[in-house]
Amino acid sequence: MLSDVLLIAGKDLRVELRSRIALNQVVPFALLVLVLFGFALDADSSTLATFTPGLYWVAVVLAALLAVHRSVSLEDGDGADEGLLMSGLHPASVFLGKAVALIAELLLLALVLLGGVLILYGAPVDDVTLLLLTTVAAVIGVGAAGTLYGALLSGQRARETILPILLLPVLAPVVIGASRAFGDAMGSVATDGWSWLLSLTGFAMLYLAVGSVAHGALMEEA
Amino acid sequence: MTTTQEVVETGRFDTATGSRTTRMLGWALIVGLIVLLWLAFVATDPDIRIDAASGDEIGQFDAVRLIYVHVPMAIVAYTAFTVTAIGSVMVLLRRSVWWDLVAGASAEIGAVASALTLITGSIWGRPIWNTYWRWDDVRLMTTLVLFMLALGYLAVRRLEGSAESRARRAAIVGILLVINSIIVNRSVEWWASQTLHQQSTITDAAIEDLTLFTFMYAIVFGLAGYVWLLIKGFRVAWLERQNERFGLVEALEQRRAEAERTDAVNAAVDTGTGDQS
Repeated sequence: MLSDVLLIAGKDLRVELRSRIALNQVVPFALLVLVLFGFALDADSSTLATFTPGLYWVAVVLAALLAVHRSVSLEDGDGADEGLLMSGLHPASVFLGKAVALIAELLLLALVLLGGVLILYGAPVDDVTLLLLTTVAAVIGVGAAGTLYGALLSGQRARETILPILLLPVLAPVVIGASRAFGDAMGSVATDGWSWLLSLTGFAMLYLAVGSVAHGALMEEA
Repeated sequence: MTTTQEVVETGRFDTATGSRTTRMLGWALIVGLIVLLWLAFVATDPDIRIDAASGDEIGQFDAVRLIYVHVPMAIVAYTAFTVTAIGSVMVLLRRSVWWDLVAGASAEIGAVASALTLITGSIWGRPIWNTYWRWDDVRLMTTLVLFMLALGYLAVRRLEGSAESRARRAAIVGILLVINSIIVNRSVEWWASQTLHQQSTITDAAIEDLTLFTFMYAIVFGLAGYVWLLIKGFRVAWLERQNERFGLVEALEQRRAEAERTDAVNAAVDTGTGDQS
């Protein structure tokens, strides 16, 4: 089971290492979103510092849409999806493998963006542990839900336009939770960030579980 | 409705969505609507109370009449999405075509009803809460996200591919519809931790007898309207599906019949010219 998961994750990450789509296109896109927020809001850095948690997570979620799209399109063409089907791997292993690869890419993206907001927006950090744990939990949630909804739209030409309307409402709770927890960690919101971290962890676990179960039904139809 | 077997055997299709039952229900709804309008606008009084301290008139005045639309629409929306979720489970368990069409038809009604809930709520909120929208109200946010999730579900139902593949993809989104709206509800509640909504108007003793009757009547009317729309929506979906499956067969039959007629004419012409040569 674990070796199957790592096999699929390794495949996706190897393709990424050779094509560098996430690194050369998705990460710069996310940084551009941060810069645009700066232009749109205010040159006054105190505004940006106040709203850093929300802006940061909106940027992550928008960039995640592109990353999900890339992850699904790896199985497009050359009968790659049929290859996966015929490989005899358990659908749950395929789901978890693709999710692990996507989560790894999103974690890298999130850490680069975190550096971006700390430098560009001048956001203060009170609690580094909470900040990093929140990032990990929220990114796992986004990656798991993204992999599931991406798989739902595999082989569809209209994927680019349908994925956002399917995925963004689903990720709304992650944006709420992660922004609150970041607000606590950056000292801008008086809230208990750790309980938000707990609920984010719950979301991540739930979507990893639902995705593992549902992927069987989806692969059957691929 | 004609079953698949009957279509194959007789070659006949349904062409309409009406039946005796739906026509009777439809007429009952028209009469019921007239009664509802009379109750809501003529028979019931506006909400006007006298403030004990100052002696001023307070209350919701005519805006209170909006609850006769707003609450039934909200109940219809949540009922419709529950039916969609049940249908989605049945599709995955039994590969049921019937439940797939019911789930789809119900989600369409649910999307319209949740949109109307939000719109009528906003119109009511402007005079009463002094704002169209509240970000910190858990019911507003849940209904809004549920409406958006429903749009996504309906988009998945229009994906390309075989009907079976579409049904299974839609069923997974349909089940997640409920799970996601529960998560959104919980997270908004923790986030905002307050609501302007009246907790329960029905148990409130201030609501008068006729107002209460109109309110309950409006809910029953809304649910009856939902049933009528669901039957119609299901039949339209059934016809669409038959057209998808048998439309091509029928077109081929017509072309063959046409070709046979042309052949017969040509044969007659051939024998005619054959005599002359």
